[in-house]
Amino acid sequence: MNDPNNQPAPLTIDDVRHVAKLARLAVPQERLAALQHDLQAILGHIAQLQSVNTDGLEPMAHPLTLTNRLGDDVPQPSMPITDLLRNAPAVQGDFLAVPKVLGGESS
Amino acid sequence: MNIDLVQVRDDIRTRKTTARATVDQTLARIARSNSQLNAYHEVFDDQARADADRIDLEIAAGKSVGVLAGVPIAIKDNIVTRIGHTTCSSRILENYRSPFDATVINRLTQAGAIIVGKTNLDEFAMGSSCEKCAWGVVRNPWDINRVPGGSSGGSAVAVAANLCAAALGSDTGGSIRQPAALCGVVGFKPTYGRISRYGLVAFGSSLDQIGPITHSVRDAALLYQCMAGDDPHDSTCAPRAVEDVVTTLEETPRAFRVGLPVQYRKGNSPSVDAAVARAVEFFKAMGATIVDIDLPLTDVGISTYYVIAPAEASSNLARFDGIRYGHRTKSTAAKDLFDLYAQSRAEGFGPEVQRRIMLGTYVLSAGYYDAYYRRALQIRRLIKQEFDTAFAKCDVILGPTSPTAAFSIGGMTDPLAMYMCDVYTVNTNIAGICGISLPAGFDETSQKPLPVGIQLQAQAFAEPMLLKVARAYERVQGGREYPTA
Repeated sequence: MNDPNNQPAPLTIDDVRHVAKLARLAVPQERLAALQHDLQAILGHIAQLQSVNTDGLEPMAHPLTLTNRLGDDVPQPSMPITDLLRNAPAVQGDFLAVPKVLGGESS
Repeated sequence: MNIDLVQVRDDIRTRKTTARATVDQTLARIARSNSQLNAYHEVFDDQARADADRIDLEIAAGKSVGVLAGVPIAIKDNIVTRIGHTTCSSRILENYRSPFDATVINRLTQAGAIIVGKTNLDEFAMGSSCEKCAWGVVRNPWDINRVPGGSSGGSAVAVAANLCAAALGSDTGGSIRQPAALCGVVGFKPTYGRISRYGLVAFGSSLDQIGPITHSVRDAALLYQCMAGDDPHDSTCAPRAVEDVVTTLEETPRAFRVGLPVQYRKGNSPSVDAAVARAVEFFKAMGATIVDIDLPLTDVGISTYYVIAPAEASSNLARFDGIRYGHRTKSTAAKDLFDLYAQSRAEGFGPEVQRRIMLGTYVLSAGYYDAYYRRALQIRRLIKQEFDTAFAKCDVILGPTSPTAAFSIGGMTDPLAMYMCDVYTVNTNIAGICGISLPAGFDETSQKPLPVGIQLQAQAFAEPMLLKVARAYERVQGGREYPTA
């Protein structure tokens, strides 16, 4: 924490906008500055991670040393489609209804 | 008078009282105080009464009933139930009804427990105060102007105010233990993988664990026993046998060593330090050996946690996109899929959830992954090693659960300051070990006395020993007061 070089580069409004897009969150223009401030403060704090020597340490993604557990390849009854669709905001027949898909994701 | 789960269970079974009378009394108390405390989002009056009547009939007919028969239990609203809604205290799931029951719900109801309702939390379990609940703030029954802690604040309040016999919470970085401490009840986070997460709405999948919030260690042990064990629906559930912690609970623990981390002694309120000091004297009197231990990464835990937990959350919460379930924007401006996702999520998630999704997305994004996420996982290994070294010298680690008693509602506005409330609890989850918060006296400096908690942590899968030591402390500590609010 004492090393000023540990402080992260300032987060710009464009950075916040970019992260919001990656996160699929429509952040209104007027909330960007507040988010920038909050995220910058949190990143400033977690910059202390840079002061810990982690040379040669294997990342630990999970507390248990688990290996893949394989189940028997036996079909099990599925949940009824009507149960699964009951929570859907828009349905057509047995399908989920969505706006047009092609050409959308790139916006 | 307080509801003692084991006592109530025994009284129902021996027909000193009935399940129906127990449920009726519980519902009456909820009707009296829930509008003020806001512990419950939803209460299942009719179903609870029907379940109670069925259990009373079974007992009257001499049938054998489960170990929780007739006992009213509250469920944190991020654990799915077919009955009622499961909202995670979020607008995005306001109308969500689960098509299945979580494994813990199946195990509790098979043991005869009666699900009395769903309790409020900080939205998606992200918070330490229950002020970030879409259905209003939850209030501490010891002083209704104070927070109950979080995120399992509704469950802790429901237990403290006798609005159930016991409750379930979930703990990702302290969300069972901290509200238990602030409400003067017992909160137990078992070892990662001890209890199935199937049906717990995922926040940080490598950190989350379900556990009981109760009036006593004895009640916590019983609920734990009912829920623990492998589950084919959760491949991260530990495939190992569960020891019988209930019958061994009253045994005097064999000679044990209590570790006191030097890092747990700074920045606490005097009442919290005094509670830990009293506990040290209790344990000494029991014949325990007290040893100083070193956990230098205690502080770094918060930073590590606020990389790993938001990273996992940003991934887990990607499923809430307005397509299969949950809120979908009504805005006609959403012309394509991207807009539909982004608009639905912006409308459905509250500010803290959005902040954490943004933080998690950032630390996982190109150019930052190594500096933040990968590094946090490396430090996670160091934290685990630090605990391993400490547990070579001691059997349990003693310290505060939270640095202070309950703070005032609206009194903590800086998100970072709020994160610091969890300094003593996050590393338990990071290392995947077990911990329990126990009522340990009161802070008398405030206008109304406020409970303070102590925490005992133990190595992974050391629940039988941890619970025995906690029970021994509870026995010595004796009876407790209950809130009058």
